Amino acid sequence: MLATIIQNLINALQWGSFYALIALGYTLVYGVLTLINFAHGDIFMVGAYIAFFVATFFLTTAELPGWAALALTIPLTMILTSMVGVALERVAYRPLRRKGANRLYVVITALMCGLILENANLALLGASRKAFPPMITEHVYNIGGVIFTDLKIAVIVTTILAFFVLHKIVTKTRVGMAMRAISYDKFAVPLMGIPMDNIIVITFVLGSGMAGLAGIMFAMSYPILEPYMGALIGWKAFIAAVVGGIGDIRGAFLGGFLLGAVEILVVAFFPSTFRDLIAFTVLLVILAFRPTGLFGVAKTTKI
Amino acid sequence: MKKLRLLVLLSLVALFATPALAADTIKIGFNIPMTGDIPKVGEMSKQSAEMLKADINSAGGLEVGDKKYMLEFIYEDNEAKAESAVTTALKLIEKDEVLAMIGPNSSKQAVPAGQVANDNETVMVTPWSTNPDTTKDRPWVFRAAFLDPFQGPVAVNFAVETFDAKTAAVLYDLSNDYSKGLAEIFKDEFEKKMGPNTILAFESHGTKDQDFSAQLTTIIATKPDFIFVPDNYNQVALIVPQARKLGYKGQFMGSDSWGSAELMTLCGDSCKGLYFSTHYAAAGATGATKEFIDRFNAKYGVVPDDVAALTWDATRVVLLAIQNAGNLTGKLKKDRKAVREGMAAITSFEGITGSMKFDEQGDPIKCAVVVKISDTGTFEFTKSVCP
Repeated sequence: MLATIIQNLINALQWGSFYALIALGYTLVYGVLTLINFAHGDIFMVGAYIAFFVATFFLTTAELPGWAALALTIPLTMILTSMVGVALERVAYRPLRRKGANRLYVVITALMCGLILENANLALLGASRKAFPPMITEHVYNIGGVIFTDLKIAVIVTTILAFFVLHKIVTKTRVGMAMRAISYDKFAVPLMGIPMDNIIVITFVLGSGMAGLAGIMFAMSYPILEPYMGALIGWKAFIAAVVGGIGDIRGAFLGGFLLGAVEILVVAFFPSTFRDLIAFTVLLVILAFRPTGLFGVAKTTKI
Repeated sequence: MKKLRLLVLLSLVALFATPALAADTIKIGFNIPMTGDIPKVGEMSKQSAEMLKADINSAGGLEVGDKKYMLEFIYEDNEAKAESAVTTALKLIEKDEVLAMIGPNSSKQAVPAGQVANDNETVMVTPWSTNPDTTKDRPWVFRAAFLDPFQGPVAVNFAVETFDAKTAAVLYDLSNDYSKGLAEIFKDEFEKKMGPNTILAFESHGTKDQDFSAQLTTIIATKPDFIFVPDNYNQVALIVPQARKLGYKGQFMGSDSWGSAELMTLCGDSCKGLYFSTHYAAAGATGATKEFIDRFNAKYGVVPDDVAALTWDATRVVLLAIQNAGNLTGKLKKDRKAVREGMAAITSFEGITGSMKFDEQGDPIKCAVVVKISDTGTFEFTKSVCP
């Protein structure tokens, strides 16, 4: 029984890792721009596809061994995915911001960008699924009836590390200070000589980089890619970010793991039909007691 | 040069198109999934139908009564969704005015679309749907595949004999009529044979799910002799490796929805050595079946899967029914009725997926085969089970 519980907790940590990494991207952009970047789930999907092409290139064309391919694929995927995020900001969000458009229009634009990414993928690559090439051989370990693979542990550890790095950047660096300053008052900040556009670009780089990292780890754990894979998981990660308190990266991190844990544990002990029902009821109850989320504080510094 | 090529092409098109326009045509609609969860199914169906159309049209058309008709196939995408299958069926029947409809392939889409075809009095033949509800009490709906009440016991008997199994677990897709129906039939049949509570776990998941770790943890904790997975091939490719990574070393038993040409590209080594029940085995086929496989392979460069073979059979059954109908009047309602009578007049049919006899529900009585996924990734014939 104990082994089953620990087993389910490991499963939950792995599944929650993806929600947490994607939720971090939502919360960063929201914290700085108060923009809900609904295209973020699809940036995650693009990240997984970029990882697919990069990994295939290194494995088949460059014929590198698996570990070398992996070591190159991770940073390259994160960089390329960041570029997609920044490109989106440049062509879709910045012109609207320049014209002083209402937030509603920017959110709608974000939704449309997500659909464009999905359908462009469908048009370019077709509806057929892609099988992600295995880069490392996974080993299965069994400790006292709890079974896990090295990949599973690596996913959880990487997510936690990524969170601490991000947290460090936001709280301890000058860039992070500028990000927090913009979220505090975006009219006074440019007057202080802080280059707002650059800081916003960095925000998108960080958020999309996390999505790219989530994309490559997701593709390794669930090695079948399809154009709509980011839609549902993106929505759920957004809800996780809101429950954690959108705008606060600790909230996104914990919210992601919370949602993952609730989903896995519900399926483990109830019929799977109840998963979304119970999961979202729990989140609703949390929001009813804390409308700003676990870490959210109404109208103060966010991020 | 480019212009000249275009001119030649255009004149060629004109040359070939003119006789086609001059002769009368018969329109048949295909309600198939070209995007969505199972795009390979739609692709295979379409390739198979195109090959058949080319055969008949190049021979001058289909002879009905004393007149030759050219065939026109209309392919519509149902996105592998139940609601799209209904609108696609309506579009084919009302707007495109097809004489008969082939598809949808999966029971998830075929059950609701069958209602539309039956209400609109148009013959529908589904190649791949095995759920009994598709044709039940619907005189206008037929199928080319065997039924799940037959497939379920085939899987049970085979697994019990081959794996020497006393217990089993089931993982199925709750939102898919096919998967849910077959899982329940399997459970009833297994417990009837092996005693009550021998199905140790009966777990479900959703169509879009990618993580099955919670369900598989529950299943593996009960230590079943094997796991029955009546799921689409794309989910099989996720479920089997995940089970292995959770330490499961036992056998799996699959159903005919595993048998797509894409299973092995998605699943890879994890699926080798597993068994599933299906409609035909491409490896080791003889006679007309072999001829079909060879021609398909030569034309498209892939071995046709069971959907391709069943689409071929389903379309040929419809064409035979049209020939049985005698003279077409050109009045759609009357002609559709004649085709339905032509369908009912077929007592037995020699298809490439085996010979079939139709019962009063419009269901064929035919054999099933169990195949093993070999180490090279081909589906090897293991056993044939006939009713």
